[in-house]
Amino acid sequence: MDLVKTSDAKAVPKRIALIRREAPARLLEDREETWMTAPHLLIREVILFQACVIALAIVSLVFDAPLEGIADPSHTPNPAKAPWYFLGLQELLHYFPPIVAGILLPALAVIGIVVIPYFRINLEVVGFYERPWRRSLAFLTALVAVVSAILVAYHVWPVLVPTLVVFAAMSLPALPVCPEGVKKWLARVPLADWIMHWFVSVVVILTVIGTLFRGPGWSWVWPWAGGAH
Amino acid sequence: MEFMKTVTGNRLWRSIVRHGVVATNRNRVMMVMESLFLHLHSTKVRRRNLEASSHYYLGGISGFLFCVLTMTGLYLMLYYHPSVPQAYQDMKELSFAVSNGVFLRNMHRWAAHAMVLAVFLHMLRVFYHKAYRPPREFNWVVGVVLLLLTLLLSYTGYLLPWDQLAFWGVSVGTNMVQATPFAGKDLRFLLLGGNIVGENALLRFYVLHCVILPLALAFGVGIHLWRVRKDGGVQGSRGTTRPEPGKGE
Repeated sequence: MDLVKTSDAKAVPKRIALIRREAPARLLEDREETWMTAPHLLIREVILFQACVIALAIVSLVFDAPLEGIADPSHTPNPAKAPWYFLGLQELLHYFPPIVAGILLPALAVIGIVVIPYFRINLEVVGFYERPWRRSLAFLTALVAVVSAILVAYHVWPVLVPTLVVFAAMSLPALPVCPEGVKKWLARVPLADWIMHWFVSVVVILTVIGTLFRGPGWSWVWPWAGGAH
Repeated sequence: MEFMKTVTGNRLWRSIVRHGVVATNRNRVMMVMESLFLHLHSTKVRRRNLEASSHYYLGGISGFLFCVLTMTGLYLMLYYHPSVPQAYQDMKELSFAVSNGVFLRNMHRWAAHAMVLAVFLHMLRVFYHKAYRPPREFNWVVGVVLLLLTLLLSYTGYLLPWDQLAFWGVSVGTNMVQATPFAGKDLRFLLLGGNIVGENALLRFYVLHCVILPLALAFGVGIHLWRVRKDGGVQGSRGTTRPEPGKGE
């Protein structure tokens, strides 16, 4: 079949795009300025990797990896601690039964992190107070109250404190006493970021407590008193 | 310079590196495209992504630490027997008899800790820059798997020195596994090759640490980097900037 070349709209229908004013067509083309990978990126990588090796070598020369006596199943050290990155979990084990601290909470954390990109709340870059927020804040307040009650019941102060601090910071712009500058700054933060702030502060606080502040029988010790190791 | 021309101009050199060495843009493109190692990169990068604040190089640092760990790890394997009590004697041997043995072990140990930290920070960077948004959702999931593999690698390596620290660290961890509903005891048995942290556990952790997990991680990193390219390159800090109405994102 021959290609019909004509400007007669009746013979060849034209495709028309309708663009509404509220939904303007987005320019998806990437027109950012680009530079050559060789040498601009490669030289940065080489310098970075050399810096890493030098830093690692210096640390390895100054600090020796720990080596204690040979493994002895009949002699349990007190406290027996997991590696530092699991001490947050071990700290939770102090408050909750093993199935909660060792299985349920870590599983929830991993699932929660995996599904992040599949929930709309995480895809928004709009601040919490830049859209209708009163109902969401009421719902969150109720949620925090329930969680806090559970944390108080189990005496989990290291989780309760960051929970309340982050929630207080988040709800500050809703209060009339909040200074205008602070309000502007906090109102821009999306809800997803608040949740991550909370998660990171809980993880860091639990890990630091488990690593530095726990001694024999998982009792509280001060690191400068030389109890924790 | 005449000498360099002789080296880079002869048939042997040109059979290995086909493109020329003159600094033309064509040769720079060829240099990246024709190298197995460099072709992980695109031939051009966004200028914004050359700034460290765009990504702090955390993915690169993680990957680089993995290379350091592989190399020091292979070297350590030459001096290590995964058996009780020889494993611990090997640590002593490494400290007192092997040239630079302490340095080697230190490097492996600190790089492992650094990698756990770097991977975690990389995840936070990607989160706060909203770099997981479509089309990069799946690569975020791959990244979480890589984080878990990193933790497992570090943890399985923790047992290998067979000292008190290793033994009780792993005992505490595997006791937590036991709390899994229904399959807890079986899972622990599978992991330890028995009911106690003993010789079988050491061998299992050794195989996991030196073969299974590194292979899984290398495979995962391959997918991760492939997807970075297929999903449109490193996003950098672009995700946090808000699209203005009517303008391109």
